[in-house]
Amino acid sequence: MDITVNILLTIATAATPLLIAAIGELVVERSGVLNLGVEGMMIMGAVGGFGAGYLTGSPWIGLLAAIAMGALFSLLFAVMTLSLATNQVATGLSLTLLGLGLSGMIGTSFVGQPGVRLPNLDIPGLSSIPVVGKLLFGQDPVFYISIVLTAAVMWFLFKTRTGLTLRSIGDSHTSAHALGIKVIRYRYLAVIFGGACAGLAGGHLSLVYTPQWVENMTAGRGWIALALVVFASWRPWRVLAGAYIFGAVWIGQLHAQAFGIPVPSQMLSSLPYLATVVVLVLISRNKRLTMMNTPASLGQPFVPDR
Amino acid sequence: MMRLELVKRPQRSALFSALSPFIAFALTIIAGAVLFALLGVNPLTAFRIYFVEPVSQVWQLHELAIKAAPLILIAVGLSVCYKANIWNIGAEGQFIFGAIFGSAIPVLFPQFEGPLVLPLMLLLGMVGGAAYAAIPAFLKTRFNTNEILTSLMLVYVAQLFLDWLVRGPWRDPQGHGFPQTIQFGDSAVLPELMPDAGRANWGFVFALVAALLIWILMGRMLKGFEVRVLGSSPRAGRFAGFGLSRMVFFAFLLSGALAGLAGISEVSGAIGQLQPVISPGYGFTAIIVAFLGRLNPLGIIAAGLVLALTYLGGEAVQSALGISDKVARVFQGMLLFFVLGCDTLIHYRIRLIGLALTKQEGAAKLDAAPKLKEAR
Repeated sequence: MDITVNILLTIATAATPLLIAAIGELVVERSGVLNLGVEGMMIMGAVGGFGAGYLTGSPWIGLLAAIAMGALFSLLFAVMTLSLATNQVATGLSLTLLGLGLSGMIGTSFVGQPGVRLPNLDIPGLSSIPVVGKLLFGQDPVFYISIVLTAAVMWFLFKTRTGLTLRSIGDSHTSAHALGIKVIRYRYLAVIFGGACAGLAGGHLSLVYTPQWVENMTAGRGWIALALVVFASWRPWRVLAGAYIFGAVWIGQLHAQAFGIPVPSQMLSSLPYLATVVVLVLISRNKRLTMMNTPASLGQPFVPDR
Repeated sequence: MMRLELVKRPQRSALFSALSPFIAFALTIIAGAVLFALLGVNPLTAFRIYFVEPVSQVWQLHELAIKAAPLILIAVGLSVCYKANIWNIGAEGQFIFGAIFGSAIPVLFPQFEGPLVLPLMLLLGMVGGAAYAAIPAFLKTRFNTNEILTSLMLVYVAQLFLDWLVRGPWRDPQGHGFPQTIQFGDSAVLPELMPDAGRANWGFVFALVAALLIWILMGRMLKGFEVRVLGSSPRAGRFAGFGLSRMVFFAFLLSGALAGLAGISEVSGAIGQLQPVISPGYGFTAIIVAFLGRLNPLGIIAAGLVLALTYLGGEAVQSALGISDKVARVFQGMLLFFVLGCDTLIHYRIRLIGLALTKQEGAAKLDAAPKLKEAR
C-alpha cells in the first residue's frame, strides 16, 4: 500500500511541471498565438528559481523569481511576434535556443551547489491519515497551485466574458478586431501568462523535483507540454489527464530502470519522447476533430489596419 | 507611453532585404558589448578575443571551415523546408542517424578497406539521415501529425540510441571501457584538403557544392518554383497541380540526407570514431544559419562561416577570459532574434507613435464630433 502511495506521489510530482506549462500554453494558443519557446521559458524559470532560492535561502522567493523570469522572457517573444509581426514558429524556436544558452551561462556557478527545496504541505492530523492523507494534504505547494490553476483556467475560458473574448480572438483575429476588441493587448497578456506558467513549471523542477541546477534539466518537458496541448485538443481538463499519463510514463521508466529490467536504460529513457509521438499520431489522425478544435488563427501574424 | 505601429509597404523593400542581416549583426554586437560589460570584461578586449584572434592564422581558418561545413550542409537543406513552409527542426537527430549509418561500415567491417569504403559510407550516411527524416514526413502526410513536435522528439530518441550503441554493442572492446567505437581505419577517414596548412577536410567542399546545387535547384528549376509556390500559397500550388504530400517528402528527405551527410562527414573527418556526443548542437544552430542567410544558399555559406566563428570565439573567451563557452549559444540566440526582428523591416515600415501624437489625434476627433452633428 505504501509503495502504491509513493508511486502515485512521484507521478504527481512528475506531472505537475508538465501540467502547469501546458495549461499556460493552452491559454496562449487559445488566443491564436503559437509560442514554441516553452522549453526556453521553462529552463529560464528553472535557473532563475534555483539562483534566487540559492542566494536568498528562501525557496518561496525562488518560486516567485521563477515566475517573474518566465514572464519576462516571454515578453521578448510578445514584442517580436505581436508588435513586430515576426514569424511565430521561428521566433519561438529562437526563444528556446536563447533560453538554453542563457540559462547555461547564468547557471555556470550554480553547478554542483546544494539547492533549497520547497517544503511539503504538512497539516497536523490531516496529513497523517493513512493512504489519502499524504496524497491529499501532504504534497508540495506547487501541486496544489497546478490543480487550482487548471480549474481557474477552465472557469476563465468557458465561464467568463473575457475568456469568451480571448477564444474569439483565437478563432478570428480579424473579426475580433472589427468588433473593437484590442487583439494585440489580449495576446500580450496571454503570452505573458503562458510565460509565467512556464517559469513556474521550471521553478518546480529546480525547487521541488530535483532541488539543484543541472544544465538542460528541462530535458524536453517544454516540448512535451506543447504536444500535450495538441493531445488535449485545447481543453484544460484533458491537459490534466494527459499530464498525469505522461507523468506515469516518466516515472514508470525510471522505476523500470531501478528494478534492473533487462532492457537498455537508454531505450526506457526514450519512452516519454516516443510516447509523445504516438499520442500525437493517434490524436491527429482524426482530421475533422483536429480541424474543429484548433484555434483557427493559430500561428498567423496579425497586423491591425487602421 | 510609446507605441509601435507597422505600416505595410506596397512592395517588399529590396534595400532592407539586403541590409537586414547586417543590421542584425550590428545589433548583436551592441547587445554583446553590454553582455561582456555586465560580465565585467572590457568589451573591446572581449571582441578582439572573440571575433578576431580565432581567425588570425591559417590553421585557424581551417578550424573555421571544419565548424562551418556541417552548419552549411544542414542549413541549405533546412532552407528548402522552410521556403516550403515545412518545419523540420529535427536536423540534429538526422545528423546523428547519418553518422550512425555511415559508421556501420568501419565499425562492423574494419577489415574492409580500399577506395570504395568512403563513398559507401557517405552514401549510407545520406540514406540514414533521409530515412530518419522520413518518419516525421510520413506521419505528417499519412496522419496529419504536426512535424515540428515529432521531428524534435526524434532528436532525443536519436541521442539516446547513439548513447546506447557506443556504450553497448558498438563499444571498442580494447577501449578500456570508454564509451566509444574503434578508431576508423585509414580508408574510412575523410582526407584533409591541405594537410600541411591545417585540418580542414572534404566536408567543407561538400558543403559548398551542396549550397551551389540547391541554389541552382531553387532559382533555375521547376522543383524550386514548386517549393516557393507551395510555401507562399498552398492553394495556388494545388491549382497548379503541385502535390503537398510529395513536397513534404521531398523537403524532408532532401534536408535529412544533407544532415546525414554532415553527420558522417563530421564523424569520419573531424572525430574519427563514434562517441556518445558528436555534435555541439549543429542541427539547431543550422536553423539560425538558415534564417541569417535569408534562406538563400549563397547567403547561408556566409552565415555558416559567421556562426562557426561564434563557436570558435566561445572557446577562445573561455580559455582566455574564463567566461563560460555558453556565451556562444547566447550570441547565436540573440543573432536569430535580431534577424527575425529586422526582417519585419522588409515588409513593413515602423512608425513610433508617442503619447503627444495620440492626444492630438484625440483632440482632432473631439473637434470633428460637433461638425458631424451639423452635417446631419
